[in-house]
Amino acid sequence: MAMLHIVNKSPFEKVSFRSCLNHAKAGDSILMIEDAAVGAIDGTSFSEKLKAAMADKTVYVLGGDLAARGLSEDRMIDGIKSVDYAGFVDLTVENETTQSWL
Amino acid sequence: MKFTIMVNEGPYQHQSADSALQFARAVLAQGHEIFRVFFYHDGVNNGTRLSVPPADDRLIQKEWSELSKEHDLDLVICIAAAQRRGIMDEAEAKRQGLDADNIIEGFRISGLGQLIEGGIEADRTVVFGD
Repeated sequence: MAMLHIVNKSPFEKVSFRSCLNHAKAGDSILMIEDAAVGAIDGTSFSEKLKAAMADKTVYVLGGDLAARGLSEDRMIDGIKSVDYAGFVDLTVENETTQSWL
Repeated sequence: MKFTIMVNEGPYQHQSADSALQFARAVLAQGHEIFRVFFYHDGVNNGTRLSVPPADDRLIQKEWSELSKEHDLDLVICIAAAQRRGIMDEAEAKRQGLDADNIIEGFRISGLGQLIEGGIEADRTVVFGD
């Protein structure tokens, strides 16, 4: 049963994103919203950890939240998909359950 | 598909009250149904009508209230969380011997059982908070 993990904290501030990656199973999806959007950027102290998770999980970012932080999508790790709120709703429909890592 | 949305963060606190509102709008725009929105912890502050932000700022409480009117949404505030934070409807203010109430139109005060029922009745429960 696939789960959508919704993360809203920066991986440079809180441990919830790392906890999420440690618990998410193969085939799950991870959506970065709010402050977690900064985790999408490549070349950081966190990016290798996220890339490792992307081997068997799909990672998304809420594009508006990335833009609101002055970050361009071309700085993202390759393979991360940008979605809008409609895409966010679709992800909650496609996955049987959701977990918010508050 | 039926959704229950849980909001644990107050307006203007960080971003989750705004995120929840935008998510709710997107759910409705795609033709899904919102069974209930449950406001818990500081999230109960989304239900006051006495908030007066600067004129060029959004009024989150009013946006929930208007969305509720437009789509006949069930917006429920947790009673224990509301009492702690001074969110009162007329009946509750009277029961507590208070001189005023402040709940905004479209919200109602009830218990945590409403969240459990929301989780059972909806196909998806999505939580927003800080």
